[in-house]
Amino acid sequence: MIEVKNVNKSFGENQVLKDVSTVFEQGKVNLIIGQSGQGKSVLAKCVVGLHEVDNGQILYNGRDFCQMNRLDRKDIRKEIGMLFQGSALFDSMTVEENVMFPLSMFTKMTKKEMQERADFCLDRVNLAGRNKLYPSECSGGMQKRIAIARAISMRPRYLFCDEPNSGLDPKTSIVIDGLIKEITYEYDITTVVITHDMNSVIEIGDNIIFIYQGQNWWQGDKKAIITTDNPEINDFVYASEFMKEIKEQMRRQSPAE
Amino acid sequence: MGVIRNIGKYMFMLWVVFSLPDKWRIFRVRLFQEIEIIGIKSIPIVALMSAFMGGVIAMQTASNMSNPLLPTYTVGYITQSSTILEFSPTIISLILAGKIGSNVASEIGTMRVTEQIDALEIMGVNSLSFLVLPKTLAAIMFFPVLVIFSIGLSLVGGWVSMIMSGLLSSEDYVFGIRSFFLVSNIVYALTKTVVFGFLIVTISSFYGYYTKGGALDVGRSSTQAVVSSSIAILIANFLLTQMILLK
Repeated sequence: MIEVKNVNKSFGENQVLKDVSTVFEQGKVNLIIGQSGQGKSVLAKCVVGLHEVDNGQILYNGRDFCQMNRLDRKDIRKEIGMLFQGSALFDSMTVEENVMFPLSMFTKMTKKEMQERADFCLDRVNLAGRNKLYPSECSGGMQKRIAIARAISMRPRYLFCDEPNSGLDPKTSIVIDGLIKEITYEYDITTVVITHDMNSVIEIGDNIIFIYQGQNWWQGDKKAIITTDNPEINDFVYASEFMKEIKEQMRRQSPAE
Repeated sequence: MGVIRNIGKYMFMLWVVFSLPDKWRIFRVRLFQEIEIIGIKSIPIVALMSAFMGGVIAMQTASNMSNPLLPTYTVGYITQSSTILEFSPTIISLILAGKIGSNVASEIGTMRVTEQIDALEIMGVNSLSFLVLPKTLAAIMFFPVLVIFSIGLSLVGGWVSMIMSGLLSSEDYVFGIRSFFLVSNIVYALTKTVVFGFLIVTISSFYGYYTKGGALDVGRSSTQAVVSSSIAILIANFLLTQMILLK
C-alpha cells in the first residue's frame, strides 16, 4: 500500500499539486486519471521519487520515502517496477539483457539463474523465444510487454505504469491492460496506472483517482465513475459524442428499471 | 549568471559521478566497452589526421628555411617539438572533442529524452556514475595512448613527405627529430591530454544528461557539448602551459 499525504509540488510560480492525499491499495489496480496538464504525471513522478515534493508525505507500507536519503531509497526502489510511456528500454541491449539488467545490478544470481528468470518473465508476457532481438526490432506492443517483463523481473511490490496504452492500437491496448491486471492479482502488488484511456478505466480500474487542477478531485471505483454527478468527471468521461450517447441511453433505460 | 549556475551544476555532477559504482563487475564490462568506443574506434581518424599533419608541418618548415646558417636537421627538430608540444595533444584533442563529444552528448541526451535515465533512477541505479564514470576513465586511460600514437605517426608523416618532396634527406630529418629530445615534453603532452580527455567527456556528458525536450534539443546539446569542450580545451591548454612549461 502507498499512502500519499498532503503532497504539494510547484515548479517556480506554478503550483502543480495542491495538497493531494490518497491511498493506492495493495492487490488492486489504482488508476490516476485526468486531462492533460492537470498534474497526474507529476503526482506519479513524485511518488516514485523522480520529483522531490515541496511538502507532504509518501509512505510505502509505512516507510516515509520523502524523508529518506539516496541510499535508503535504494531499498524501496528495488521493490518498484515501472513501465514508461515510451517503454524506456535500453537500445544497446537485447530483449533478454534488458530483462536481466535489474537482476545483474541488484542480485547475486548466477548468469544461468538470471537467464531462467528472464525466460520466465518473457514467457509471462507471451514473448518466449524473442530473447535475442533488439528493442528496435520489436513493435510498440512488444516493447511494452518487454518493459513489463523487465518491471516484474525483480518481483516488485509496487508497479507503476505511465500511460501504458499510448501509441497502441485498441486490440494491443486490451492485451497490455489484461497483463497489468493479471500481474497485479497474481503477485498481489500495488499497481498505479496513469491513463486517460476510458477503455482502461472501465477494464481495469479498481480504484480511480481523478486529478483536476492539481487536486484529488474525486476517488471511487469503475462503477461509481460512470454514475457520478460530478460535472468535472462527466466532462472528462463523456467528452466524446459516442460516450454522451451511451450516457443518454443509460439515462433512458434507468427510469424503466 | 547562467554560466555560474552551469559551473555549479557541473561540479555537482562530478561529485555524483565519482562515487563508487553499484556493481564492480558491470562497471568493468562497461569500462572496456567505452575504451573500445572512445579509444579504439578513434584510431583511424587520429591516424589519418596525424600522418597528414606531420607531413604538412615538415613541408611548411622546410619550405620556409631559406637561411643557410640554419642547419638542415632543424626541419626534423621543429617537426618533433611542435608535434609533441602542441599539434598532437591539442589539435587531436580538438578533433576528438568533435567526434567523441557529440557522440557522448547525443547518446546520453537520447537516453534522457526517451526516459531511459529515469528508468535507471527508478531501479535505484546511480545513473550519473553508471553512464559517465566508465566514459571518463576510458578517456583518461586511452587519450594518452592515442596521443603517443599520433606523435609517432606525425613524425613518420613528416619523414615520408620529406622523402617524397625531396626537400630533405632521410638522415637529416631523422637526426633532427632525435636532436634535443626532452622527456619532460612528453610528460607535458600527456598531462595535457589527460586533462583534455577528462574535459571532453565530462562536459559532453553534462550537456547530454541535462537535456530537456526532444530530438531537436538532443542535437542542440550535442552542438553545445562540442563548442564548450573545445573552448575548455583552449583555456586549459593556456593554463597548463603556464603551469607546467613556464614554471
